Amino acid sequence: MTTEKLYLYPLWVRLWHWLNAIFFLTLLVTGISMQYSSPNSSFLISFEKSVQLHNICGILISINYLLFIIGNIFTTNGKFYKIQLKGLFNRLTKQIQFYLFGMFQHQNPPFPVSEKSKFNPLQKVSYVAAMYIGFPIIIISGWAMLFPELVPAVVLNTSGLLFTALFHVIFGFILSVFLIIHLYVCTFASPIVSNFKSMITGWHY
Amino acid sequence: MIRPKIKHLIQFISFFFLLTVFPIPKVNADSVPDQNYSCLKCHGHHTYKYQNSDLGIEIKEAMCTKRVIDTLAFIQSNHGKFKCTDCHDPEYNTFPHPGNLRMELMYVCTDCHGGDPEYAKFHFEDIEAAFYESMHYQRAPDAFTCWSCHNPHSYKTHARFGADISKTVLYDNNICLSCHAHVSKYELLTERDSINILKTHSWLPNQELHFRNVRCIECHTQPNDSLLISHVVMPRANAVRNCTSCHSKDSRLMASLYKYQSLESRKERGFLNAVILNNSYVIGANRNQYLNKLSLILFGLLLLGIAIHTLFRIFKH
Ligand code: HEC
Ligand code: HEC
Ligand code: HEC
Ligand code: HEC
Ligand code: HEC
Ligand code: HEC
Ligand code: HEC
Ligand code: HEM
Repeated sequence: MTTEKLYLYPLWVRLWHWLNAIFFLTLLVTGISMQYSSPNSSFLISFEKSVQLHNICGILISINYLLFIIGNIFTTNGKFYKIQLKGLFNRLTKQIQFYLFGMFQHQNPPFPVSEKSKFNPLQKVSYVAAMYIGFPIIIISGWAMLFPELVPAVVLNTSGLLFTALFHVIFGFILSVFLIIHLYVCTFASPIVSNFKSMITGWHY
Repeated sequence: MIRPKIKHLIQFISFFFLLTVFPIPKVNADSVPDQNYSCLKCHGHHTYKYQNSDLGIEIKEAMCTKRVIDTLAFIQSNHGKFKCTDCHDPEYNTFPHPGNLRMELMYVCTDCHGGDPEYAKFHFEDIEAAFYESMHYQRAPDAFTCWSCHNPHSYKTHARFGADISKTVLYDNNICLSCHAHVSKYELLTERDSINILKTHSWLPNQELHFRNVRCIECHTQPNDSLLISHVVMPRANAVRNCTSCHSKDSRLMASLYKYQSLESRKERGFLNAVILNNSYVIGANRNQYLNKLSLILFGLLLLGIAIHTLFRIFKH
């Protein structure tokens, strides 16, 4: 493994990332509180508070998302999110094989971190999917529910909000699954916390 | 050959255009019971004419809005087949109306409907008892009657027959708003300052959405097992403020607004409280049980996978 220091996470990425993490976690907890609300649940946040917090964090995470988009358009960080389709499948299988078997046999990672490529193929695909597919969908459906008068009242004899809400909830679930895998994969470094430190200091060891 | 066709088309279209600009009145006097024309020729309009026999001329005057009756709404109402004089004294046929008619004693609902087996399903007696308990009656026992809410000239059953919930909500809320948004009716019953509904409900987010999708009585009455429409309007302290009384799987909407529908149909497509879905989506009350189970299973598998991977990491270290 490389021992040289790489400055991978510029300040704006770190700022975006930790704000994003805070908002996302709040949205997750308040979202679950609303979906599973009951008159006598005490361990979750109250419905009224949840609605308020969820609305506020939803708006903030959208603004923060603009930072991410603008940052990736106007700085070089955007290039890490460009996917080369040719040979992608092979690269993905290689990385998966490494996560499932290789890393237990103390093999070297097939795509080590470098200045040219910050992410391995699997990271790249999942980050692109989460940030450029999942986020737009959940943000748009969320805003639609913030302004329900814009949603067609009845679609196919069913409340139009139902479709919006189902979409929103399903993508919320998918992004939560992403989050858990993301967190777990971030512990693959040694020592375990070094990736988290990198995201704070900006330096990758 | 084409030209005349276009000409016809243009005539046809302009005919329709004219129709929309000058709508042909849908109601003509014939569809009102004949006798009613003699009243509605004055009470159906904002102006009326009468013959001043002393001067021998016809005089035109304004009818005060409170005395104007919406003819169409009257015909479509539950009592639309009635003659005006079925409820009002036939002496009203004379004009000016005799002064003693001011003291006319009006019927109450149970005068006609009480004990009638045909109307047993409406439970008039139970409703009457509930009404006496209501805070409106308690605060103005002499002035507040069934007619205060059930406009004698336009009351039409909605909740029981209306398949369209949003129309029912609109209709029922307009009953409350006839006073709570109109001081002129409100101030007849109290000395209290008018209550600004928008302000007193400012704690309710998406206020407009809520008022379009739930009725005032959902929060201001206690659902009653035997009545479709609970009639005990409670004092403000007892109003529902707890969001989860609607936004949860035991949503009270199923016992009030959706009571009639929920008796008809049961679970659909795995959704909790599915009947609500035809009109609304209520966070917390409409969950899909299949999606719930699926998400739990996927989540469990994810955690299991991570656990196994972790074990391998520990033991192969
Ligand atoms: C020529 C016009 C005219 C005709 C016809 C007429 N009314 Fe009136 N009516 C009035 C006017 C004007 C008032 C308001 C002045 C008043 O109270 O006398 C009124 C008032 C009333 C009131 C309210 C009285 C109150 O004490 O508040 C009732 C009830 C009423 N009319 C019923 C009828 C009925 C029923 C008929 C038909 C049988 C009828 N009117 C026919 C003009 C008319
Ligand atoms: C089902 C019984 C019923 C019928 C039918 C009926 N009325 Fe009335 N009407 C009433 C009652 C009850 C009141 C008193 C309302 C109140 O106290 O708030 C009233 C009040 C009125 C008033 C006074 C204004 C008001 O709203 O208080 C007028 C005018 C009137 N009626 C005219 C008519 C005319 C004209 C017709 C026929 C088209 C008619 N009514 C048919 C029951 C009836
Ligand atoms: C003067 C007698 C009379 C009075 C007073 C009266 N009703 Fe009626 N009501 C009738 C009659 C008769 C019918 C049936 C009308 C028809 O079938 O066209 C009826 C119909 C109805 C219906 C429709 C029933 C159905 O099967 O569709 C309802 C609901 C109703 N009345 C409620 C009320 C209420 C509430 C009041 C008091 C605010 C009231 N009525 C006052 C005589 C009366
Ligand atoms: C505070 C307002 C209010 C008062 C006062 C009131 N009602 Fe009602 N009532 C309503 C509303 C709202 C409905 C629902 C109308 C609908 O959608 O059909 C209703 C419905 C009804 C129905 C139809 C119930 C059914 O099962 O379909 C009857 C019957 C009735 N009321 C009788 C009465 C009688 C009798 C009185 C007086 C003792 C009375 N109401 C007083 C508001 C009121
Ligand atoms: C979601 C439940 C809910 C709905 C829907 C609702 N209310 Fe209320 N309403 C309340 C609560 C809770 C209060 C008590 C507020 C307080 O004490 O601050 C209240 C208070 C009021 C008051 C008394 C205010 C005062 O200052 O004394 C009136 C009048 C009122 N509501 C009328 C209505 C009318 C009319 C509608 C329908 C258009 C309606 N409400 C719909 C929950 C509701
Ligand atoms: C005929 C007029 C009228 C209608 C219709 C009406 N209200 Fe009221 N309401 C009043 C008046 C007047 C008061 C004030 C009573 C007082 O305190 O003197 C009031 C007060 C209230 C209050 C406040 C109670 C408190 O504790 O201060 C509530 C809640 C309320 N109404 C709910 C409703 C609902 C719900 C409906 C519809 C089902 C309705 N009202 C229909 C006239 C009306
Ligand atoms: C009387 C029942 C009732 C109560 C009480 C109630 N709600 Fe609602 N709420 C509804 C219904 C019904 C809808 C669905 C409206 C629709 O179909 O668009 C709704 C919709 C909403 C929405 C809109 C979601 C969207 O689609 O944008 C929010 C947010 C909400 N409620 C929050 C609250 C909060 C917070 C409270 C407590 C302060 C509350 N509600 C109390 C019945 C209720
Ligand atoms: C508490 C929650 C979170 C923690 C602890 C965390 C941790 C980390 C760490 C350590 C990295 C750097 C490693 C790497 O580049 O892969 C990282 C990067 C990243 N994380 Fe997270 N993360 C969290 C939440 C999220 C969420 C909710 C999202 C989006 C839904 C997200 C998206 C990303 C992205 C896109 C990157 C790459 C950023 C870049 O360098 O351009 N993270 N995260």
